[in-house]
Amino acid sequence: MSATQLPDQGVDAFVLEADGLAKSFAGVHALRGVDFALRAGEVHALVGENGAGKSTLIKVITGVYRPDAGTVRLAGQDRSFRSPLEAQSAGISTIYQEVNLVPLMSVARNLYLGREPRRFGLVDPRAMNRGAAATLERYGVRVDVTRPLHTLGLGAQQMVAIARAVQSQARVVIMDEPTSSLEGREVSTLFSVIRTLREQGIAVVFVSHRLDELYEICDRVTVLRDGAVVHTGALAGLDRLELISLMLGRELSAVRAEGATAFGTASHAAGADARPALRAENLDLRHRLHGVSLDVRAGEVVGLGGLLGAGRSETAKAIIGALPTDGGSVDVDGKRLHRRNPAAAMRAGVVMLAEDRKAEGIIPNLSVRENIVLAALPRMSRAGVLSAEKQDAVVKLFMDRLRIKASSPHQRVSDLSGGNQQKVLLARWLCMNPKVLLLDEPTRGIDVGAKAEVQALIDELAREGLAVLLISSELEELIEGSDRVVVLKDGSVVGHLDGDEVTEERLLHALAAAPSDPARGDQDPDSGSVAAASGSIVAETAAAADSGDEEQKR
Amino acid sequence: MSSITWSPTAVGRDRLLRWLQDYGVYGALVILLIVAVALNTGFMSASNWRVQLFQLSPTLLVALGMALVIGTEGIDLSVGAVIALAAAVIPLYIGYGAWPAVGIALLLGAASGSLGGSMVAFAGVQPIVATLALMIGLRGLAELMNGDAAKPVVDSTLLSLGENSALGVPVMAWIALAAAVITGLVLRLTTFGRQLVAIGDNRPASRLAGLPVRRVLITVYVISGVLSALAGALIVGHGAEADPANQGLNMELNAITAVVVGGTPLTGGRVRVLGTVAGALFMQLITAVLTQHNVHASYTQIVEAAIICFAVYASRERGTR
Repeated sequence: MSATQLPDQGVDAFVLEADGLAKSFAGVHALRGVDFALRAGEVHALVGENGAGKSTLIKVITGVYRPDAGTVRLAGQDRSFRSPLEAQSAGISTIYQEVNLVPLMSVARNLYLGREPRRFGLVDPRAMNRGAAATLERYGVRVDVTRPLHTLGLGAQQMVAIARAVQSQARVVIMDEPTSSLEGREVSTLFSVIRTLREQGIAVVFVSHRLDELYEICDRVTVLRDGAVVHTGALAGLDRLELISLMLGRELSAVRAEGATAFGTASHAAGADARPALRAENLDLRHRLHGVSLDVRAGEVVGLGGLLGAGRSETAKAIIGALPTDGGSVDVDGKRLHRRNPAAAMRAGVVMLAEDRKAEGIIPNLSVRENIVLAALPRMSRAGVLSAEKQDAVVKLFMDRLRIKASSPHQRVSDLSGGNQQKVLLARWLCMNPKVLLLDEPTRGIDVGAKAEVQALIDELAREGLAVLLISSELEELIEGSDRVVVLKDGSVVGHLDGDEVTEERLLHALAAAPSDPARGDQDPDSGSVAAASGSIVAETAAAADSGDEEQKR
Repeated sequence: MSSITWSPTAVGRDRLLRWLQDYGVYGALVILLIVAVALNTGFMSASNWRVQLFQLSPTLLVALGMALVIGTEGIDLSVGAVIALAAAVIPLYIGYGAWPAVGIALLLGAASGSLGGSMVAFAGVQPIVATLALMIGLRGLAELMNGDAAKPVVDSTLLSLGENSALGVPVMAWIALAAAVITGLVLRLTTFGRQLVAIGDNRPASRLAGLPVRRVLITVYVISGVLSALAGALIVGHGAEADPANQGLNMELNAITAVVVGGTPLTGGRVRVLGTVAGALFMQLITAVLTQHNVHASYTQIVEAAIICFAVYASRERGTR
């Protein structure tokens, strides 16, 4: 029923309640018995790492998915939405990370899509444009509302999406990473809008990976991990370190020295004075990286730490030139990479194992053999004609060495298990004889056995003299696999851990480093100010780690 | 628990569709031949086959290029217009001899392909839009160059290319066969061929693997343009006239049909050369059988449409796996 029939709600009235929600996909549990309650007039943070179940929860609440078990109550009534449209008309509006509007329609039309003001049964464009201009004014967006939406900046488009969601008589507004494409100034406008919503008694669910933002705007927090709620409560009473421990599932007291991974305990013998095999300096990528610098020496594993959205994958992709950078340089063995694309990086000896194995890794319909030799094809041919012997030799070598389990080299790669697919991709890169290996979540989504094998292999490769940059969301893997760790936050380097400092506790401290607004660098992409800002955070991290020599490393 | 149980009938249906996509065209070809011979014992005569091969060969040449383009998740609508362009330039240069004239036609085909390919590879224009522009523009250009009326072409070399036979098989058919064999070998044995398939299957991954994505895309469209121009030269030689207003009309549709019926998925990542040959042959023969038995042309088109629908349905099921 409609909102107007409800009695006045007390502060503690729950506008939205979810009880025991469960959802699984093909036997994998995405949600297991999740309870979630939202009060009217609160801003509720929903946090968790990748795969924790945040988006599944949102999708179940808004009717994109049907839950396997559990109920959703809106204003005390059991509801089971069959589509996002139903949820929306009941008062739950959702703003997705990527803008879901019609790019070619005018701003005003987008704002009123599906509920255009009518006059004599026809759309009344004058009323629509007037209303749209007035509405957007309140959100600090002053544009010609008759312009097509796509001519606006991404931030302004996001504001239109938010204005649209709020306009449609929402009682609950769900924002899935609304700030990821916004500039600093736009973020503050958004926050003032959110505060207005809160005063109007609208409940806001706020998903973001930027801790500073959570602490600035949110009242309560629900932490998800592996599809279950691990914590719900007021945000003010929870310090950053605790929040991060909850998200990552690491009890500070339980951090032990001995490992659960297959990495060797001894560090790799890279001479501290050895020239870096890879040196990246001041990589800038609009909104995503701000002056990231790092170097990796031959025979060394450098971990890249950070929470989701900190810019780890972006750093790796910027290094090999898969993302166009706005500034910065990459040197391999002291030689500057001038052409920035994956093929040039590969020729220079830098290869990257992509995070998304399915979308950016395997060629699904090709065989194991063809996937392994894919990048090396030109080396296996004479005048463009492929040599079967050369291919067979390489394929056999790597299938044996990496113990790839396939019925034959001619089996379709998409029929293999995740772990074996990952090994096929590793083989693809290793047969290029790389000097530098960038590994983005090399053990994600593969079984325990294969995971240990991959970890042991990384160790072995570094011992053989490869420079390895390791990105992993698993603290254990990052800590035990790396000789050094570079910590990223919001696209900037905020700390370095070296030698004995490479412990989970130190890493958690670095991740929880105090807020530092200028470091966002969004308002001023000028690299000078960014470098200065991130420098200050390094100092703080260093202080937290009781170690004075951090700054010299920058 | 119940959500992961798998209904056995679904598996059976899936396997059937997969088999149909892989081998259906050969089975259909055999059935068609049996029916055709049963209806008319003269169907297997040499003279009938010669007629069929004359009509089949240009379509097959174009379809081979089309199969490569489709393998990269693209499409080339400009092939018919390239045939018209070839037909328009051949009379202009035939005075220098057949080979220079054909050579210039092939060059123009390559130029058209590199233009379309560049639009796709560099400007990121959708293949269907880029080649649609060429389809309209080149046909217009060809008609402008030639004028309204068809021009007779009497060069003996060109006519023999279009009319003569070797070992009882039309020269045209030998050319198309050679093109099919070469296409198959290129796909299977060369760097270019494997890169083409990989790019069609997963372009982001191919780019990250350092493959020369743009170069491969442009080359594919150039090949399609050259094969189409060659088909245009053969059509002119066979008909002894250059008629850019009518030659190559609907060729893009016939070629796409042959490729799709042959089991090449429109989603890219897989090119079936033998299937394309069989698909082109099947579509040619079914038209011939229906025509020979005085089935009205309108019904023939409806039958063709039904076949296309079925082929696309089968490939769609495969694609969703």
